Amino acid sequence: MNFIEARKLVHEYFRRDEEGNVEGITTALDQVDLGIKPGEFVAVLGHNGSGKSTLAKHLNVLLRASGGTLWVDGKDTLDENYLWDIRQNTGMVFQNPDNQIIAGVVEEDVAFGPENIGIPTDEIWERVERSLKSVGMLQYRGHSPNKLSGGQKQRVAIAGVMAMEPKCIVLDEPTAMLDPSGRKEVLDAVEALNREKGVTVILITHYMEEVTGADKVYVMDHGRVVMQGTPRQIFSRVEELKSYRLDVPQVTLLAHGLKKAGLDIPAGILTRQELSEVLCRLYGEEGKNPEDTLTG
Amino acid sequence: MIRDITIGQYYPSNSIIHRLDPRVKLMGTLTYVLSLFLFRGLAGFAAVTAGLAAVVKLSKVPFRYMVKGLKAIAAILAITVMFNLFLTPGEPLVSVWKLKITEEGLKSAGFMAVRLSYLILGSSVLTLATTPNQLTDGMEKSLRPFRRIGVPVHEVSMIMSIALRFIPILIEETDKIMKAQLARGADFESGNLIKRAKAMVPLLVPLFISAFRRANDLAMAMEARCYNGGEGRTKMKPLKYKGRDGVAYLLIAGYFAGIIMLRVWM
Repeated sequence: MNFIEARKLVHEYFRRDEEGNVEGITTALDQVDLGIKPGEFVAVLGHNGSGKSTLAKHLNVLLRASGGTLWVDGKDTLDENYLWDIRQNTGMVFQNPDNQIIAGVVEEDVAFGPENIGIPTDEIWERVERSLKSVGMLQYRGHSPNKLSGGQKQRVAIAGVMAMEPKCIVLDEPTAMLDPSGRKEVLDAVEALNREKGVTVILITHYMEEVTGADKVYVMDHGRVVMQGTPRQIFSRVEELKSYRLDVPQVTLLAHGLKKAGLDIPAGILTRQELSEVLCRLYGEEGKNPEDTLTG
Repeated sequence: MIRDITIGQYYPSNSIIHRLDPRVKLMGTLTYVLSLFLFRGLAGFAAVTAGLAAVVKLSKVPFRYMVKGLKAIAAILAITVMFNLFLTPGEPLVSVWKLKITEEGLKSAGFMAVRLSYLILGSSVLTLATTPNQLTDGMEKSLRPFRRIGVPVHEVSMIMSIALRFIPILIEETDKIMKAQLARGADFESGNLIKRAKAMVPLLVPLFISAFRRANDLAMAMEARCYNGGEGRTKMKPLKYKGRDGVAYLLIAGYFAGIIMLRVWM
C-alpha cells in the first residue's frame, strides 16, 4: 500500500478584493496524482509558482484540498479526526531555518514536538538525544540556535521533526537559503535518515543536483505533475526540462550537448564519474583515472 | 549601537541563586519589591540593604554588572530626586530664588533614590541569575491559578519565550535594513527630534512587514509540529522543588516578617 496516495488533488487560492469578493481563482494544484511507497526517497522538482510548496502543505494538512482526495498513511486528510495523527506521522521542514526554531536552546527546540504530543519527560530526553545524534548535532545541544550556521539550524529543525518519530518527513526547499556547504550537510543528513532509519523522504526543491540520489522524481509545472520517473529517466529529457524552466546539472547538459554533436553517449548522465567513464570507453584510454581525463 | 540593547540578560554561573527554582526567585523578587515600599527609617533601610547585599553576594554576579542596569534609569532617578527635593513642603534649609530645599525634602529624596535604585538592582538579580526559559516556565506555573478566571497563562508565557528568542533575530534584521537604507542615502542621525522620528519610518515599515511574515511562518511551523495550545502538553524540563527551595522560601518569609516588625515597632 502506498504511504501517500493522491488522486486528482486540486487546490485553489481565491484572490479577494478589499470587500472580500472573489476577484479571481489561482489553481495551485491541478489534478495531481501521486503514489509514494513507505521508505522511498522522492523528489518533487518545480520552478517558482509550480505548486510544489502547496503540495507539501497538503501532506501535513496545513492546507486542505479543494477537490480530489489525499490519503496519508491510509488516512483521508479531509477527515478532521486524523489531523493530529497525520501531522505527527509526516513531519515538515520549512525553507527558513530561523522561522521554525521555537526555543532559545537547541535541545529544548527539539523537545517542542514531543512535548506537544504528550510524551513523558524521560522519553523526551531519550528522543532528543537520539534525534540530535542522527543529524550529528548532539554536541550543540546546549547552544543557542542564534549562534549556529544555516546548515546547522536546518539540521536542528530536522532533529525536531525526527523527535516526533514520524514515518515520513517532508522538506519544503530546505536548502534554498543555505550556502553550498550547508546544503550538502542538510542533504547528507536527510539521505542518512532515509537509508538508516527507513524514513520516507519527500524533498521539494528546485535544485536539480539534489535529486540525483532519489528513487523517484516528480516534476511540477503550473500545478500539474508534468513528468515522473527515476532521475535517469527524467534527466534524459533535457529539452523538456528546459521548457519547464529547470536548470539541468552541468554534467547532464554537457553529455546532452556531446550526444547532440554526434558522440555515442547514453541519455540521462547524472554524475561526473559516469560521464568520464563513458568518455574513456569511447576513446579507449584504459588504465587512466577517468577523473583525470575530465579535469585534465 | 543597536546591539547594546540587552533584554533578558543572563549571567551564566553555578551559584546557589542560579540553581534555585524560578518560582522561588519570582516570589522572592515580589517580596523584596514590597519590602522596599514598606520599610521606614534607618533600621529598615539597614535590613533591606543587608538582604540585597546577601543575595548579590550569593548570586556571584559581579556588582558592576548590576550597576550597568542603573544607567538606564538615571534620568528617571534624577527627575524624581529633583521633584522630591524642591517640592516637599517644610522648613527651608537653603533657598535660592524661588526654589527651596527643605529637610523633609532632602530625606524623602534620599529615600526615593535608594528605593528606585534598590528596585532595579534587586530585580536585575532575577534576570541575571535565571535563564529566560526558566523565567517563563516559572511564571507559567506560578500564575496557573489565574487560568480559572480566564487568563491565558500558557499562551502568554509561550508568547514571551518566543519574543525572547526573536529579539536577536529582529535586532540583526534592523541593522541590515538600516544599512540598506543608509546605502541609499537615508539619514538617521541629523536633524531635530521630529525629523529623526520621521527618518525611522523607512526603517520600521520593512521591519514590521518582515516580522509579520516571520510570525506567519513560525505559526505554520508550530502547527506542523502538533502545537495545539497548552492542553495535554508535557515538559522536557518540568519544574520540581528541591530542599534548597524550601529553605529559600523560609528565608524569604523570615525577611518579610522582619521588615514588617521593624515598621510596626519603629
